[in-house]
Amino acid sequence: MTEQGFRYISKPRRVAEDRRFVVGRGRYAADIRRPGELAVALVPSQHPCARIVSIDASAALAMKGVRYVLTGEELAAATDPLMVGVDAPLVKRYPLAVGRTRYAGEWVAAVVAETRALAEDATEKVVVKYEPIEYVIDGEAAIAPDAPLVHPDHGSNIVLEKRFVWGEVDEDFAKAPHSLSYRVKWGRSSTVPIETFNLVAEWNPWQEILDVWASIQMPKYPDQIARALRIPYTSVRVHHDVDVGGSYGVKRGIKHTVLAGYLARTLGAPIRLIEDRLENMRAGDAHGPERLFDVEMAYDDDGRILSMRMRALDNVGAYIGRSPLQLGKPVGAIVGPYKIGSVAYHAMAVLSNKTPQEAVRGFGQSPTNYAIETGVEKVAEALGLDRLEVRRRNFVKKDEFPYLIPSGTSYDSGDYDAVADKVMAQIDWDALVAERDRLRGEGMLAGIGLSACLEPGGGNSAFEPLLNEKNLTTTWMESVRINVDALGGVTVAIHTTSSGQGHETLVSSCVGEVLEIDPDTIRVVRPDSLASLPSNSPVGSRMAIMMGGAAYRAAHKVKAKLIAVAAKNLDVAIDAVSYHDGNASAGGRTLSWMELVTICHRGYHKLPAGMDPGLEATDVMQVPGGERLPEQGRTQMYPCYSFEFHAILVVIDPALGKPDIRRYVIGHDCGTVINPHIVKGMTLGGIAHGIGASLFEEFAYDEEGQLLTQSFMDYLLPSSHEVPAVEIVHHVSPSPHTVFGQKGSGESGYLGSPAAISSAVNDAVRPLGIRFDALPIRISAIGDAVAEALEKTEGLQ
Amino acid sequence: MKVDLNINGVERTVDVEPRTSLLDCLRGELALTGTRAGCEHGVCGACTILLDGEPVRSCLMFAVQADGYEITTIEGIAPAPGELSVVQDAFVEKHGMQCGYCTSGMVLAAHALLMRNANPTDEEIRDAISANLCRCTGYGQIVEAIRLAADNLAQSNVFPAERVR
Repeated sequence: MTEQGFRYISKPRRVAEDRRFVVGRGRYAADIRRPGELAVALVPSQHPCARIVSIDASAALAMKGVRYVLTGEELAAATDPLMVGVDAPLVKRYPLAVGRTRYAGEWVAAVVAETRALAEDATEKVVVKYEPIEYVIDGEAAIAPDAPLVHPDHGSNIVLEKRFVWGEVDEDFAKAPHSLSYRVKWGRSSTVPIETFNLVAEWNPWQEILDVWASIQMPKYPDQIARALRIPYTSVRVHHDVDVGGSYGVKRGIKHTVLAGYLARTLGAPIRLIEDRLENMRAGDAHGPERLFDVEMAYDDDGRILSMRMRALDNVGAYIGRSPLQLGKPVGAIVGPYKIGSVAYHAMAVLSNKTPQEAVRGFGQSPTNYAIETGVEKVAEALGLDRLEVRRRNFVKKDEFPYLIPSGTSYDSGDYDAVADKVMAQIDWDALVAERDRLRGEGMLAGIGLSACLEPGGGNSAFEPLLNEKNLTTTWMESVRINVDALGGVTVAIHTTSSGQGHETLVSSCVGEVLEIDPDTIRVVRPDSLASLPSNSPVGSRMAIMMGGAAYRAAHKVKAKLIAVAAKNLDVAIDAVSYHDGNASAGGRTLSWMELVTICHRGYHKLPAGMDPGLEATDVMQVPGGERLPEQGRTQMYPCYSFEFHAILVVIDPALGKPDIRRYVIGHDCGTVINPHIVKGMTLGGIAHGIGASLFEEFAYDEEGQLLTQSFMDYLLPSSHEVPAVEIVHHVSPSPHTVFGQKGSGESGYLGSPAAISSAVNDAVRPLGIRFDALPIRISAIGDAVAEALEKTEGLQ
Repeated sequence: MKVDLNINGVERTVDVEPRTSLLDCLRGELALTGTRAGCEHGVCGACTILLDGEPVRSCLMFAVQADGYEITTIEGIAPAPGELSVVQDAFVEKHGMQCGYCTSGMVLAAHALLMRNANPTDEEIRDAISANLCRCTGYGQIVEAIRLAADNLAQSNVFPAERVR
């Protein structure tokens, strides 16, 4: 099927979800009100690490409207620890601190009252006596032999350490004429959705069921709640028909849900837990990777990178869930778009007394791309070669796909040179260089930034068994059900929440394409978790591939049934029937959609022998290529690999230090685009997120272990002033592994923009002998470094 | 204490604690949940409403302070059930949103802009929404939507004061 041959796919059709959002009719978890509900506020730890000597809640409980104060001791006795994603069973995690606090802001007690305001008032009356304990904030300090242990029972601050050697790394380094080494740091930031994590939980003791409305984006969410609360899966009903106000990875909320679920059961009342911004920033447990890379690259005279050694040390904070796994996903694109022949990868996840991390857009890929791209630029600089030319010399070429990288993953398709060519044409490279040089001539610091990277898509969980031999996960399925009713209407069920990805539009487009009916007439519903087929939620840029794939396959099952019914009633062979616009024809006779539907719903006597009545189909789809466990440290990670190429111009007024992005062009290839509006929005939003991560956003801590950036006054999110107009140029390299040739795009833009911005800023300040090797590169850091460099220059004159 | 509020053209009397923010009053007392809570310290703009036509953060204002003003929330923008204002329609046409959480505030900020400036430049549009944070879109399609709304309004035949609807 060619792109031009599509009826609805790739067409700039309106996004169905948008109609409810523009009138304020999105239905978010905080909009759910239940009769008799009570509100929760949290008592935060003042210390990064302390023994909890005592908690005196008597004054709080004496306040009017206060119903309950829950401590970690009570909760831990009644629940099981939250799931840990790696093999570290003694790193126990509960929703409230038990015995000791491990980061500043950690929730020590929960106050329940008739209103949130009363609960907040009462938190100030809960008296907690602490005995401070030695703490560790820095990731490298945490692996020193004498470092204070965050979880003494675990016996170490290292929760994951893996060494992989793919290929003849030592030999390749020995043979290479050149090598270089460098260190870069990815600062601790996150996606920070405008909606905090919210949930309402209600226990019905007569039916023994916990109803949950939550702003959730979490694979296996009901399973984890049920296990921790020690109740059956059938006693948890998660309502998926809740809109999620942004997530981009982080809305995992297990600790919140176990806490609220326990309170709902204990108090027999619906519980609202709506984080305020402060609770969200310091104890929503939703920070992103904080990663130190030590990299060596071996290369030849032409700039071809022969081998790479990479150590990635991630400071994961005080507790772990899935966060250490973010060191595993990048294994599937560990060489980026380049033909690096061998790689040694040493991954370490390290505990510290900081807020725990959660999954963040890209699941570790964007930091890794930043580390690789920095090296490519250093190789070019060392050889005095053009940065673009070095990238081209290392690119996997169009005719080399499928391309097997050293870590065992096969890239599906691409044409990196063609995308780079399009970007160069769009930005007019020679004119851009001239403009940079003109600006430099005017006394400005001007720099051009480039980056090239991959977006793995199709999200399975192959990194779980790769990092933990006890984990035997080889499926990460997604499901769709289609029901055609007796009036001929089509309803499609999906089995997860969405946080802005447009899944209703995705599935209606795919089903409409196959059944040749207008997607706008298709109703999309979200059954609750007990009525749902298996889903793994929208993670890992997977839904176009997996939910779109399941929708396509289910629609084909419906279509096959319609054709079989037509064949029987037209008395012809199945392959003699042609299907068009919902009708089926053979030999000049046609059975209309309604006639076929009526037979299925009313005319059992007209159905082929053995066929079930009704007209519905389900599809539970396996991730393509994800069938096998890793072998000898190698695995097929995700099935699809999108490509992006960024070229930007940054100008810095040396007196201000503020980087101004004057031009931003991205070339993007995610295979066949299902909805152009959605893919464009993902890419533009991803770039904005990358601008934040590279220039503004950081969860900064002081030496006392206190989080300094706790509000939007100091954790700076890019506004419409900081994000420039971005030009996108498209290319389509269809994936051979997907139903329409689509790939993932949910992380696009974000995966390459930090590398491009770092490249541009460093190009701008290079004439002053300055180099920034850590993100974010804050205005203050640029301003200070530039002032110091200029002072030196002037001093010499 | 009792306070009379004119919301979307309807007089409503509510009994609130003096410390109740207008945001909490709208969402909690009046079930007008289209106004969103984002940061609750006046930075993100998710709680934007119009007060006598001007965009205001409802999290930074007490409900009792709103007495005597005309309050417009997102629920008061669509011209009729099932219909969209020109601005809302342009946001849909350009997909000027993803998760929808900042959208109420963005639509109201756009309405306020177009009421006072029928033909804004892209820079003026970016200025007008610069106090409303969006984490999904990178603002590009929001700027496009507001520009489209301005173009569509310019081609319509209604009086300026009524044009935005």
